[in-house]
Amino acid sequence: MTVVQPVRKTPHFADTQIEMAHGAGGIASRRLVEGLIGSYLSNPILQTFADAATISINGSNVATTADGFVVKPLRFPGGSIGELAVNGTLNDLAVSAAKPIALMATLILEAGLPTSILESEVEAMAIAARKAGVCIVGGDTKVVEHGKADGMYVSTFGIGLVDARVTIDAASIRPGDRILLSGPIGAHGITILLARGELELEADLVSDTRPVWPFVSALMDRCASGVRWMRDPTRGGVATSLNELVRGTAYGVALYEECVPMHDAVRGACELLGLDPLHIANEGQFLAVVAAEYADAAVAAVRGITGGEEAVLIGEVRAEPKQRVVGINGYGGTRVIDMLVGDPLPRIC
Amino acid sequence: MKYVDEFRDAGIISGVAREIVRAADPSRLYRIMEVCGGHTHAIYRHGLRDVLPANIELVHGPGCPVCVLPTGRVDDGLAIAARENVILTCFGDMMRVPGTKGTPLELKARGADIRMVYSPLDALRIAASNPEKHVCFFAIGFETTAPSTALTILRAQELGVTNFSVFCNHVTIVPAMRAILDSPDMRIDGFVGPGHVSSITGCRPYEFIARDYGKPVVVSGFEPLDILESILLILRQLDAGEARVENQYKRIVPWEGNPPALMALARVFELRPYFEWRGLGFISQSALGLKSDFAGFDAEKLFNVPGVRVTDPRGAQCGEVLKGVLKPPQCKLFGTECNPEHPVGALMVSSEGACAAYYRYAMHASAVEA
Amino acid sequence: MCLAIPGQVVEIAQKEPLARVNVGGVTRNVNIGLLDDGAVAPGDWILIHVGFALSKIDEGQAQDQLRMLRAMGEDGLAIEEVRGYSFAEPSR
Repeated sequence: MTVVQPVRKTPHFADTQIEMAHGAGGIASRRLVEGLIGSYLSNPILQTFADAATISINGSNVATTADGFVVKPLRFPGGSIGELAVNGTLNDLAVSAAKPIALMATLILEAGLPTSILESEVEAMAIAARKAGVCIVGGDTKVVEHGKADGMYVSTFGIGLVDARVTIDAASIRPGDRILLSGPIGAHGITILLARGELELEADLVSDTRPVWPFVSALMDRCASGVRWMRDPTRGGVATSLNELVRGTAYGVALYEECVPMHDAVRGACELLGLDPLHIANEGQFLAVVAAEYADAAVAAVRGITGGEEAVLIGEVRAEPKQRVVGINGYGGTRVIDMLVGDPLPRIC
Repeated sequence: MKYVDEFRDAGIISGVAREIVRAADPSRLYRIMEVCGGHTHAIYRHGLRDVLPANIELVHGPGCPVCVLPTGRVDDGLAIAARENVILTCFGDMMRVPGTKGTPLELKARGADIRMVYSPLDALRIAASNPEKHVCFFAIGFETTAPSTALTILRAQELGVTNFSVFCNHVTIVPAMRAILDSPDMRIDGFVGPGHVSSITGCRPYEFIARDYGKPVVVSGFEPLDILESILLILRQLDAGEARVENQYKRIVPWEGNPPALMALARVFELRPYFEWRGLGFISQSALGLKSDFAGFDAEKLFNVPGVRVTDPRGAQCGEVLKGVLKPPQCKLFGTECNPEHPVGALMVSSEGACAAYYRYAMHASAVEA
Repeated sequence: MCLAIPGQVVEIAQKEPLARVNVGGVTRNVNIGLLDDGAVAPGDWILIHVGFALSKIDEGQAQDQLRMLRAMGEDGLAIEEVRGYSFAEPSR
């Protein structure tokens, strides 16, 4: 059987200044990271552009990840920046099949930030770390002038031990593989959007920030050899993650839109504002590509853990169309689901 | 969601789609124009072309108020934003539209105070909260949106707000439809009419299309079932050799329109003698301006905008795509120099622009070209 | 030009032309100044665009339309089923 190796196009970064879009997690972000940063820092591990970098140290596979958190507002229904920072970093490790071992955190603080706020966030980080069974073993603190840092920014580094039973590799996906989603989408992104207060919308909605390791662990215990790839669909949403998956392969994805779960309020907000829920950030979910024969067991494994009851299969890998994610609705209508371009913007038209 | 889910019911949709296949004469090619950009967006988002027979061609019309806004007017709005102590407010749709010096988002990144709002009332609220600044609202939209701007201006007057203005780019749909009908390249058999514009204007404004041009017009809702039913009604009229205006969107659109909204429009706005439309040129009596009674809220009177005409870049065929003469991929710049990340024209940026819809939803290209 | 969404009126303000509206679990204040006075009451459904109500939704029209379209689909299936009999395998 001939395996077609697609030529990976390296986007060239020609923008003369940095825009918000470059941090939105979509196409612009990819161009910045791959076209500018990657072109200078080029090395085999970096070029995989995975959620975590796996380094071999004396025979052990160690996963390392770095992340930055700049959320505004700092506190929002369901969480805050501290909790987000811990969970987000742990999740990058988890979807790289790595049991999280330790974290470090750098706090960039704005002069004038009330101590009470800082204290709440450090406490939130401590609680989140303890809940996840990891320690924050070190870090740094810097203070910048008033007007910079939106209160505080958190930058993290995480390290974990890769589970030897699983090999995460987008190139290993095959037509027929199924796509697992751990739970309802869009809760975090919409919560943040509403919390900013500019749109005068209210909803009974909270961020879904949580560590996904318990679900990933259960999945690996049950189906290790069937798991091909995992990702946490944060900025850019499920649509961006699935596009990132297929871009490195010779295959495409079919997404059954009616199967994707979301809270009513996420749906209502997206319809009202003209947003696509598939582009909205999640902070407590993960996607997994699982070999067909393991699919049912995979869903059962995640559903068996408290909080995973809404895990569902939402699609499959297909031979065509290559490198595209196609959405299919209940009456067979199709559309191409693209990566996010810039930040999702509400529309009136 | 009520009034949404039932109109996306897969079973009923399949039934109507079968009926369309049955009603379409296989020996005939039907060219049906959906006027409104919202319909273009809905058709792609809901994959409706997959359930239509191949001999029904959907032609995208000019009903996208962002797409038809000439670059010069975008520049004028951004010139207002560049002034000291001015906050420019606009809908999300405008934020990525390219002016000569950049998009509103890019100018915001460089320090201009440009803020996105969901409603013109939000802009008025910003004005009330920032008395030391001037807040200008970049108004766009057809008759659907203009009444909301009108009520906002009346409210501002009522409250005695003096630091608020509107940069008015409201346009009317009938002149654009007439321009399409009079265009020599045109061959459209029937129109899917703009449902939300009609909720304000009613259905009478389209009677001239049936009467003078002999084309059916079906005023349509925006859910998949609405659009499919409208196409079916057009086919049935064509089959019977009829041409009349029909209201498919009866649950929303009153035949006579919305009297309070029409009165608000008449009170605040007047028709400009002419206005430039991207791709269609200057059209007389096609756009709204503020009446002199409201000069204190008229940004064009308060600020000296450049008012420079900016032609579309070389190679860009926004005009032909707007008129439905060309399909987006037929434009030389489509997908290469012009794409959603770096749009050359507004049709690629606006979520309901024909080019953006085509690019986002329908590009089934295989391996990415190196 | 036309992103407008149905929402249900939860309550109407006393002094201003404002209604609190629920859209699939999200609530917002909507200006009802484009509708006739007294045209809407809590429980009614309205069409919302840029923070304004453009129209009140006619439940009866909506139900009639759906009923007719549903029947169309079923008639269609019935026609196909009947057609199908003429090609049916002869029974043993």
